[in-house]
Amino acid sequence: MAKTSNFFTSLSAGRLAVIGVPYFWFLLLAAIPLLIVLKISLSEMESTSISNMIDWSHGWPRLTLNFASYQFLATDSLYIKTYISSIKYALITTLLCLAIGYPFAYYMARSPKHMQPTLLMLIMLPFWTSFLLRIYAWKTLLVSNGVINNILISLHIIDTPIEMMNNSFSLLLGMVYSYLPFMILPLYANLSKMDMRYLEAASDLGTSPFKAFWLITVPLSKAGIIAGSMLVFIPAVGEYVIPELLGGSSTLMIGRVLWDEFFSNNDWPMASAVAVVMILLILVPMGIYNKAQAEQMEGK
Amino acid sequence: MSQASNKVFAKGWMIAVYLFLYLPIITLVVFSFNDSKLVTVWSHASFRWYVALAQDSDLISAVLLSLEIAGLSALMSVFFGTFTAFALNRYKRFQGRTLLTSMSSMPLVMPDVIVGLSLLLMIVSVQNWLGFPERGLFTILLGHALLGTAYAAVVVTSRLREMDSKLDEAAMDLGCKPMQVFTLVTFPLLVPALVSAFLLTFTLSFDDVVLSSFLSGPGYSTMPMVIFSRARLGLNPTINAVATVTITVVTIAVIASSFYTSHQERKRKREEAQAYSDSNK
Repeated sequence: MAKTSNFFTSLSAGRLAVIGVPYFWFLLLAAIPLLIVLKISLSEMESTSISNMIDWSHGWPRLTLNFASYQFLATDSLYIKTYISSIKYALITTLLCLAIGYPFAYYMARSPKHMQPTLLMLIMLPFWTSFLLRIYAWKTLLVSNGVINNILISLHIIDTPIEMMNNSFSLLLGMVYSYLPFMILPLYANLSKMDMRYLEAASDLGTSPFKAFWLITVPLSKAGIIAGSMLVFIPAVGEYVIPELLGGSSTLMIGRVLWDEFFSNNDWPMASAVAVVMILLILVPMGIYNKAQAEQMEGK
Repeated sequence: MSQASNKVFAKGWMIAVYLFLYLPIITLVVFSFNDSKLVTVWSHASFRWYVALAQDSDLISAVLLSLEIAGLSALMSVFFGTFTAFALNRYKRFQGRTLLTSMSSMPLVMPDVIVGLSLLLMIVSVQNWLGFPERGLFTILLGHALLGTAYAAVVVTSRLREMDSKLDEAAMDLGCKPMQVFTLVTFPLLVPALVSAFLLTFTLSFDDVVLSSFLSGPGYSTMPMVIFSRARLGLNPTINAVATVTITVVTIAVIASSFYTSHQERKRKREEAQAYSDSNK
C-alpha cells in the first residue's frame, strides 16, 4: 500500500516538474515580455525613462493609459503606408515562393525514392549556412559594379550596368531566396505522403493528368500549402535584415521602422506600439497556421 | 505535354531552383580567393583575405564569443525543449495546455524584431527592479535559448511521436520505475533527436543578428553583428573569407550528422529485427 502511494506521488511530482519547467520558462521569456511591450506602448517617454502607468501620488493607485503613440501611428500616413507595403511585399514573397516551391516539391516527391534524402539535404544545406552571409552574397552579385553586371558587360550583352540593388526587385529576390526552403519543406512532407492510388483511379476513370492535378493533388496538399504560406508570410512581414541590406531606403518595411524607433529615436513607447500593431496584423495568419497544424496532428 | 518533355521540364525546374539556392554561396566561396581589393572584380587567386582574416582580432574575438553563446544556448535549448516536448506529448490534458502550446510556438512564428524588443524591455524592467542582469553575454544567451527551445521542442516532439509508446508500457510492466523508463528506454531512443536539436539550435544561435543586437551590451559583439555592421557599410572581402570558413565547417558537420543519424537508424532497425526474431524462437 505504502509502495503504491509512493509511486503515485513521485509520478505527480514528476508530472509537475515536466509541465512546470517549460511553463515557467516560456511565461518568463515569451508571455511576460509581450505584456511588458503592451504596457510600454501605453506609456509616455519622459526624457530618459518611461512614465509610470500607475500613479500612487494620491495615496491610491491611479492607472493612466497613454494612447499618444497609437494616435500618432493612426494619423501619420507614413506608418500606415509602411504597414501596407510590408504586407504587400510579404504577400508577393509568399506567392512567388509558392509558384517556385510547389512544382519543386511536387517533382521532388516524385523523384526516385533513393534520391529523395539527398535532394532534401541539398535544400536544407543552404538553410544551415548563415542566412546573413547568403544575403550579403546577393549584395555582391547585384550591385551595379557587382558580379552579374560585370559578367554581362564583359560578354557585351549590356553596355551600362542594370540597376538591381536597393529597390523592390532586390528586396523580393532576397526574401524569396531566404524563405523558399520554408515553403518547400512542408509541401514536400505533405506531397510525399500522398496516396498515388487516387491519381491512378482518376486516370483509370479518364481524367486528364492536368485536371487530376487540380482536382486531386492540390486539394489534398492544402495543409502543406497553408503551413508553407504562413511560415513564409509571417516572418516576412516583420523582416529586418533583408530590407536593411538589400532594400535600400525606397522600400518601406515595418521591421525597419521598429528598429529605427528603438535604436535611432530611442522612442520605446513608439517602438512598442509599432510592435503591438504588427502582432495584431499577424494574429490572423498565425491563427490559421495553428489551426492547420492542429488538424494535421489530429489526422495522424 | 508528353511524358518525356514533362520529365525534362521537371528536371530543368529542379536544377534551376538548386542553382538559385547555391549561386550566392558559390560566389562567396569563389571570390574569397580573389586577390583584388574590389570584391566583385576577379584579378587572380590568392589567400590574401584569409591572411587578413587571421589578423582581424575584432572578428576573431566575435567568432569566439559566438561559439561560446551558441554552445551554451544550444545546451539550454535542448534541455528546455525536451521538457516542453514531454509536457505537450505525454500529458494530453492539463490546465493551460493551450497556453503552453501557443507560447512555445510563439518564437517560431513571431518576427525577430518583436522577440528581441519584448525580451529587452523585460530585461530592462527586471534590471530596474533588481539591479541585474547587466546586458551582455547572459542576456544574449537568454534570447537565443528562448528561440532554440521552440525549435528543439519541434524536433524532439516529432521523434516522440514516432516512438512506440508500447516500449514504455512494456518497461513499466517489467517493473521499471518512471525514472528508469526514461533513462533506460526513452532517453537512448531520443539521443539522435537530441543531437539534431543541438546542431539546429547551435546554428540558429550562431546565425542570429537581430536578437543579439537588441540584447547585447557594450563590448559584446557576436560574429553576425560584426559582419552585419560591415555589410551595411559596403562590401568587404574578409567577409567572403569568414563565410567560406563557416560554410566548410557547416557542410562537414551537416553531412557527418546525417551519416550519424542514418547509421543510428539502421542500427536500431537491426536490433529491433534481432529482438523480434529472438523472441519468436
